[in-house]
Amino acid sequence: MNFSYHIEGGNFSRAGIASSEVKKILKQLNVNPTAIKRVVVALYEAEVNVVAHAYEGDVHVDISPEGVTVVVDDRGPGIPDIPLAMQEGYSTASPEVREMGFGAGMGLPNMQKNCDELSIESEVGKGTRVTMKTRFNA
Amino acid sequence: MKVQDLITRLGLTVHSGKEGLEREVTGGYTSDLLSDVMGHAKEGDAWVTLQTHKNIMAIASLKDLAAIIVVKGHVPEEDTTAESEKEGIPILTTREETFEITGRLYELLKSEQIV
Repeated sequence: MNFSYHIEGGNFSRAGIASSEVKKILKQLNVNPTAIKRVVVALYEAEVNVVAHAYEGDVHVDISPEGVTVVVDDRGPGIPDIPLAMQEGYSTASPEVREMGFGAGMGLPNMQKNCDELSIESEVGKGTRVTMKTRFNA
Repeated sequence: MKVQDLITRLGLTVHSGKEGLEREVTGGYTSDLLSDVMGHAKEGDAWVTLQTHKNIMAIASLKDLAAIIVVKGHVPEEDTTAESEKEGIPILTTREETFEITGRLYELLKSEQIV
């Protein structure tokens, strides 16, 4: 099963919509609650990253009996140094975003912890593609 | 312990989400960093925060938190309130500061052997 969602950069009031939809779908499919929680945490962080850093993005979710693959593709500034971005506590978020309680440098580490495979491809000035795979019986 | 019991025992005010007053509280979490809550809060936690924007409801709903306790007399924004009503997850308010309410919440949950 495939689902797609569009994300608007800068629009925090819509952050979490894709995660919420995916949560409902996985619940209906009787996926185990631990796996649902992991997928949802990872996807929410990815959504917030697009809202906080990019101009726009698309979420593609592929659900199979074995697990979920989430691809988040954005048009944005890109990430010049991925290992640095992965460090807990490192963030380039604006002061406004930080004031909301985001931008603590925990998003990418949370994504890493809550999926089984994380890959990040990024081109500076173009955008970033994040792929996260989570197996239901990991 | 139900959310309703927290309200009575801690003297909290119900701001919104009355439908969820029977939700079971199985723990507590205190933080104003949303990713920290996302990464570490547990289902059934009562979450203490000073944040009032709509994203706190996204977190509460995605993590199946029991309720949100907003401190220092802060008033949740309109779209936050609407989301709380829609999801049936209560937002409770207190004039107390984070330190005090967290301490009292911990004592209460501990006295009931919940934490």
